[in-house]
Amino acid sequence: MKTLSVTSPVPVSPAPSQATTRAAKTAATRATSEPRLLQWFLIVMALGAMGIILVLPLFVVFSEAFSKGLQLYKESIVNEDALSAIKLTLLVAFVAVPINTVFGVAAAWAITRFQFKGKGALLTLIDLPFAVSPVISGLIFVLMFGRRGIFGQFVAAHDWKIIFALPGIILATLFVTFPFVARQLIAFMESQGAEEEEAAVTLGANGFQTFWRITLPNIKWALLTGIILCNARAMGEFGAVSVVSGHVRGQTNTIPLQVEILYNEYQYTASFAVASLLTFLGLITLCIKTALEWKTARQLKEGQN
Amino acid sequence: MQISVRGVSKNFGAFRALDNVSVDIPQGQLVALLGPSGSGKTTLLRIIAGLEAPDQGRIFYGDQDVTNCSTRDRGIGFVFQHYALFGHMTIFDNIAFGLRVRKWKNDQIRPRVLELLRLIQLEGMEKRFPAQLSGGQRQRVALARALAAQPQVMLLDEPFGALDAKVRADLRRWIRSLHDEIHMTSVFVTHDQEEAFEVADFVVVMNRGKIEQMGTPDEVFARPASAFVTDFLGRVNVFHGRVQNGRAQIGELEVPLEAEHGSEGDTFTAYIRPHEVEIDRQPHGSESMLAAVSRVNRTGSIVKVALFAQDGQLPLDVELPHEREAALNLRTGDMVWVYPRQVRVFSASTSETAS
Repeated sequence: MKTLSVTSPVPVSPAPSQATTRAAKTAATRATSEPRLLQWFLIVMALGAMGIILVLPLFVVFSEAFSKGLQLYKESIVNEDALSAIKLTLLVAFVAVPINTVFGVAAAWAITRFQFKGKGALLTLIDLPFAVSPVISGLIFVLMFGRRGIFGQFVAAHDWKIIFALPGIILATLFVTFPFVARQLIAFMESQGAEEEEAAVTLGANGFQTFWRITLPNIKWALLTGIILCNARAMGEFGAVSVVSGHVRGQTNTIPLQVEILYNEYQYTASFAVASLLTFLGLITLCIKTALEWKTARQLKEGQN
Repeated sequence: MQISVRGVSKNFGAFRALDNVSVDIPQGQLVALLGPSGSGKTTLLRIIAGLEAPDQGRIFYGDQDVTNCSTRDRGIGFVFQHYALFGHMTIFDNIAFGLRVRKWKNDQIRPRVLELLRLIQLEGMEKRFPAQLSGGQRQRVALARALAAQPQVMLLDEPFGALDAKVRADLRRWIRSLHDEIHMTSVFVTHDQEEAFEVADFVVVMNRGKIEQMGTPDEVFARPASAFVTDFLGRVNVFHGRVQNGRAQIGELEVPLEAEHGSEGDTFTAYIRPHEVEIDRQPHGSESMLAAVSRVNRTGSIVKVALFAQDGQLPLDVELPHEREAALNLRTGDMVWVYPRQVRVFSASTSETAS
């Protein structure tokens, strides 16, 4: 009865059945529950912070983008520079994501299924792009392939264009998005264990059959999560790409770079319009990711039953 | 097909999982690898299967050295403790997997799978997924899957470990009768001595990466080769002491020792099995001692009596047939004479003495 007094100071004598069920309910969580007032305070604080930091900016992006009407929104996106930026961004993601997917699967397979020397070092290396500032990541490639870089002369002798051109942008994007698929899969495959693969091998399957028929179907949701996260980053990367791209309008500008240029030229509406594309991509990514995580969680649970 | 393990050693880092192990698994027999966790039994099974490579030693299937032969070419069936069924495949596809990767024709696969489903008594379940089956059903599917391609050797890693007691007993009996039908060389790993004795033709007792004893269940139970085996095979009373005047002294009990079985002053460990002790109201000379009854449990197929000898210093468990106990009519607090029919003494300098 003591717990009830928090919510209703009046003694609850009638309707004993209701009172006991309520008491039972509160009793179950009493050890971890706080006074109602504190609960509300914390909830309001959390929601308020989330509103200011997350929801409000999201709202601002779209409201600014449409502030001068649909017509201007459309014009901001369907012009030569913006379209070229969109095309370049798609192209970069189209190249970088599959490469990092293949690498990520290979790395996760090697790390979770085999014992070898230098495994720890490999794991740390995979995390390197997360640890290094994206600007530095871009700079690394300038220092390697730029005119005065380590391979500068070699590159110049063959008349290759890497820095301030598409290859440089792709390299920088590859570097920055390197860990996404691998990390996602390593965590998942570690928790899943290798028993099913061992079972396949004892049944006579070769490595290729084991991978296609057992491993891949098992990791598909985790793999997809990794891919869409990788894709979101590949399309949204600013720092590293900014250093290597050279900002040649209509040629080496990706969407994030285009947003910055427009903003610096006081074309706020156009800038937000282009930005809204990335924001939209982000929202879709989040939705898919949530759905996929729900699927992987269910899969792991089923595997344990 | 006979399996021969010759001088196999395996280390995991600093841990010595197997230490120069040699054993022969006779053709067509069902053999249990029995031992506590960390004894190396699962490692040995996985090395026989080719899932682990030995650091030293060879594995033979018949006359053929398969040490460097990959798992998939060994023609084995392997059953995992946690079933390891393919969760994204139906029961049918699970059982058919080994046949498909071995390029069986579709019109051969279907009858074979249906035959196996009949064998494991899961007809009509072929379209279900593993998550829809109970633990016992899943393990039977795992067995059918391993049997599908008619392996020459069947290897089972704690096959009953994840099941509850009732299902485990059923499956145990089922596997034994299955083995009596198809007589395939089979090895299974277990830490449960009762399970090993009930199911296996031969029991290999392992401890700390070595084989302590191998024999039929009867041999191993009647003549445990070491202190470890005696201790491991079920409930037993353990006593420690020093050899004095060529005798092992257990409380007031004096067990004479052969000269070669422990010299003067050696520490010894003596084992007395609960069912090998007699209780009486009369003394039997120096082979018996006085003890107080502390608890009588009549609820099982035998009566379990807990006693304390030597003024409560020496706890002793005894098992009596119901008729014998009824004749004695034991009450808590009664003083009675206990005399062991058999005492197994292992002293520090020798391996075994029995009296």
